[in-house]
Amino acid sequence: MQELINRAKELLENGTVARVLGWKAGDLPYNPEPAYFESAESLKDFVYNGFCGANLSKYMIEASKLEGKTLVCLKPCDTYSFNQLIKEHRVDREKAYIIGVGCKGKLDIEKIRNQGVKGIESIQGAEITDAADELKIQTIYGEKTVAYADAMLERCHVCKGKEHKIFDEEIGESKETKDGERFDEVSRIEKMSPAEKFAFFQKELSKCIRCNACRNVCPACSCRKCVFDSNKFDSSQKANVDSFEEKMFHIIRAFHVAGRCTDCGECSRVCPQGIPLHLFNRKFIKDIDELYGEYQAGDDTDSKAPLTNYTFEDAEPSIVGKRG
Amino acid sequence: MQRIGVFVCHCGSNIAATVDVAKVAEMALMEPGVVHAEDYQYMCSEAGQAKIADAIHEKKLSGIVVCSCSPRMHEATFRKAAERAGLNPYMVEIANIREHCSWIHKDMEEATKKAVILMRAAVAKVNLNTPLKPGESRVTKRALIIGGGIAGIQTALDIADAGYEVDIVEKTPSIGGRMSQLDKTFPTLDCSACILTPKMVEASAHEKINIYTYSEVEKVSGFVGDFTVDIRKKARSVDMDKCTGCGVCQEKCPSKKAPSEFNRGLNTRSAIYTPFAQAIPNVPVIDREACIKFKTGKCGICSKVCQAGAIDYEQKDEIITEKYGAIVVATGFDTINLDKYDEYAYSQSKDVITSLELERVMNAAGPTHGHLERLSDGKAPKEMVFIQCVGSRCSDDRGKPYCSKICCMYTAKHAMLIRDKYPDVNVTVFYIDVRTPGKNFDEFYRRAVEQYGVNYIKGQVGKVIPQPNGKLLVQGSDLLDNKQILKEADMVVLATAIEPNPDVRKIATMLTASIDTNNFLTEAHAKLRPVESPTAGIFLSGVCQGPKDIPETVAQAGAAAVKAIGLLAKDKLMTNPCTAHSDELLCNGCSTCENVCPYGAITYEDKEVNDHGIREVRRLAVVNSALCQGCGACTVACPSGAMDLQGFSNRQIIAEVDAICR
Amino acid sequence: MSIEKKEFKPKIVAFCCNWCSYAGADLAGSSRLSYPADVKIIRVPCSCRVNPMFILRAFEKGADGVIMCGCHPGDCHYSTGNYYARRRMTLLFSMLDYIGVENGRTRVEWVSAAEGVKFSDTMNSFVEKIYSLGENVRLGDLRCRS
Repeated sequence: MQELINRAKELLENGTVARVLGWKAGDLPYNPEPAYFESAESLKDFVYNGFCGANLSKYMIEASKLEGKTLVCLKPCDTYSFNQLIKEHRVDREKAYIIGVGCKGKLDIEKIRNQGVKGIESIQGAEITDAADELKIQTIYGEKTVAYADAMLERCHVCKGKEHKIFDEEIGESKETKDGERFDEVSRIEKMSPAEKFAFFQKELSKCIRCNACRNVCPACSCRKCVFDSNKFDSSQKANVDSFEEKMFHIIRAFHVAGRCTDCGECSRVCPQGIPLHLFNRKFIKDIDELYGEYQAGDDTDSKAPLTNYTFEDAEPSIVGKRG
Repeated sequence: MQRIGVFVCHCGSNIAATVDVAKVAEMALMEPGVVHAEDYQYMCSEAGQAKIADAIHEKKLSGIVVCSCSPRMHEATFRKAAERAGLNPYMVEIANIREHCSWIHKDMEEATKKAVILMRAAVAKVNLNTPLKPGESRVTKRALIIGGGIAGIQTALDIADAGYEVDIVEKTPSIGGRMSQLDKTFPTLDCSACILTPKMVEASAHEKINIYTYSEVEKVSGFVGDFTVDIRKKARSVDMDKCTGCGVCQEKCPSKKAPSEFNRGLNTRSAIYTPFAQAIPNVPVIDREACIKFKTGKCGICSKVCQAGAIDYEQKDEIITEKYGAIVVATGFDTINLDKYDEYAYSQSKDVITSLELERVMNAAGPTHGHLERLSDGKAPKEMVFIQCVGSRCSDDRGKPYCSKICCMYTAKHAMLIRDKYPDVNVTVFYIDVRTPGKNFDEFYRRAVEQYGVNYIKGQVGKVIPQPNGKLLVQGSDLLDNKQILKEADMVVLATAIEPNPDVRKIATMLTASIDTNNFLTEAHAKLRPVESPTAGIFLSGVCQGPKDIPETVAQAGAAAVKAIGLLAKDKLMTNPCTAHSDELLCNGCSTCENVCPYGAITYEDKEVNDHGIREVRRLAVVNSALCQGCGACTVACPSGAMDLQGFSNRQIIAEVDAICR
Repeated sequence: MSIEKKEFKPKIVAFCCNWCSYAGADLAGSSRLSYPADVKIIRVPCSCRVNPMFILRAFEKGADGVIMCGCHPGDCHYSTGNYYARRRMTLLFSMLDYIGVENGRTRVEWVSAAEGVKFSDTMNSFVEKIYSLGENVRLGDLRCRS
């Protein structure tokens, strides 16, 4: 982290960048938040640890409009989102100085809590440079240890890889965290009966409070004005249980980002109700891979997106019923 | 709030017999925005249109719903009526309660309920309609004819005579088409070449007609009045300007083993060739697959003997790009492949031939110089059997479900000509039905039977078996006498089904013209617009639209020409105002819409916007409404809903959905 | 049970492209090829105009089945519209299947202007399928918040 801060200071001082987009500590040991730093002194509040899960690429939409370059810290998976935003002309590459930061998996406080850890005062082992495989957690009930891997976000278990797809320089080591298959959970649901599937999703979606956190954090949901906020589709009646948008929100949102979603997993990370929203996006990704060939949004900045592309031989929609 | 009038048409009894039209009108009055509703015998009649005009004036209507036949039938009629009464024509919507309701349902209560729902959906849509204004686009006063057979030639001549430039694109080295391969024509027994050649000469000499032979249409873009077409002029290897057509090259060419396309492969031709003596242009092409020079690099005899120095082995394909206001498809036909009809032994015996091959055999310029002889041993036949409907009127997937239309007549012609020239040859025709609906057609057929003694047997042939003695054993049945027939024949002629030129699918795709399950091009209306494609600016000439004989083809070619002339005579066309437009405040500038636009109608501009007080320069999608054809692909691709389609807006369609599901 | 089934009158929305399928439906009409009155057709310029939101909207408003018809691949009046529509609908239908909405409630069929018989046959078989599935309750109740 110190290397990162030093480099950021240097770039601020020599005028290469006008500001730094990173994370600062929150009011609790596990909730750092995205922050801008405009002076070398302010960088004393800069943090980068296992809880810095937030994907900063979306912030670059607004930062692209500011004077001068913005130094942005992007984890490997965040760089896919940044590429995708370049492709959609939403960010200005010239306005970004990208430091690809290392990643050894990001932590999920809920996973720690679920292991019975309560009253957390401080956490050691979450530092990015720390080679430890364990988190030492000081709680009001004494010290607890949790294996790092057991505290990781779901997305890190199916990590796309530790390669930065776009960067100006890279700082920090990464560690492979993938120990699961990305589509296992989707496949499990696909095998259910219609009634089971419906019960599963009804249970999950019934938790939704339409706080819009998923939409607001999503780098693909970067519309200036969301269709759910405009009257173009007669879908602007917020918080009305019976309304069209309420029931279809997550399906429509998933469809709108289909072929554009990089599977960064931010939607699920921020959902206060713990809805596994990535299961919608990942279903589309799985279908796209299977039907139209493997496609990873954000892998590059110029390939044709699956939904703006076609072949004469494409599968017919009836394949859905035939696949069983 | 709109003030909507609903007009329910009885269409005589077409609608009123199944739908309670008064009830539909009564229910309409309960819909939001509806201030007037009435039903009438024939809304499309002058009196019906007057009722609409009166109501527009009296009730100050701002929108209209006509519950009637399909909008594809009378939408234009009612829009014009509304416009005459001072209403924007795009404030009219049609509820299709005839084709989609009264004609397919029997139960009055059920049909009425459905008609009410269709009316509601249309009212819901009109409530959201806005007046639209068509734009204008210019017309390029030049026509393209694809195909240089008799259909294409006739259409070209008629358009050119009206004073417009015409280009003919013909795939083969010469114009002339199928008709040039025929020996005689029914029912007058004119020599085909004798009546075709003058037309070919006229076309080539016409100052307004430009002929591209050995060329193909490669790419088509644009729209009615303003098509841009890439034409590939295949390398002829002969300089058109230098060649004098002396023919020495063909004589001297040492490679003479290529099957002659013109003679249906019954004999061979040289590698450098003109397909037939009267070819236009009279300039040969080198078949590079057959040419020794191209295959081995050695030879070059043609170049040595050519006094004019016209041979050019280095010639390359050339792509030329031209603009056209109208395009006429005249791609014609071919006979079907007979692989699936092996019971007739076509592949086993040289003496089983198709009717088109017989034309070549009978022709003085054909493989036998016009002598009727067996192709296996050159002997004169004594017994000839004709089998009708080979692949036509077929119920399985081996052949075609349709009647090829020309076979009954040309078989009568063949039979008559053979009996006339070779009275000792017996001719037997196996048929399912003899169809002779044309001027002097039945008389012609009866002459074949009565004067020329052609033996017609109603029945199918099950099998043709080549015999060791070289004869062909024909196993058939006589349905009228209810008996099996075994007949030894010297030659068997198959009236092979015709099918559209295999290239037509590719061409239709380029033109976005629709095609039916048999690959015939679809007409805009089966009865009322038979020579127009549903795609504006595309016209149909000849067999590409359906089986036809020569007089029908020529008549249709003329009709297609008139339609094309009608278009070319205009200086400007009104464009469809139902185009896409982008809401500047919602547009992300993400380029998704641009990626799905088939017309390149969407570009991006950096524009300053005032978004509720925030002034900034944004990258925004801009639709060129002259190029936009209104498909709506962009509207769905757009994630923010900024892109919408006038006349079919998101809210309008959702209103229809809601009204139907209410 | 059987009485209930008789009373079930499904709501079926059919989106038809103007150039092929709507004309095919017209041809079915002029050829008097019947299909159940439960089907109501909405005319759109091209199958690519059909936004998945329209289909979800229909289901949410009580439709029991939604079918989309367009020109055959390769024959689109706008060249490529049905190709995009095909991908969109494939993915949407797969998603609906994934959340437990019976796959039989959604269908895409390519019907040309010349295929009146196919249009009528398609609607007959689709309506039959919807009758066999019964009322669609799931999408209307996806986020039950009782």
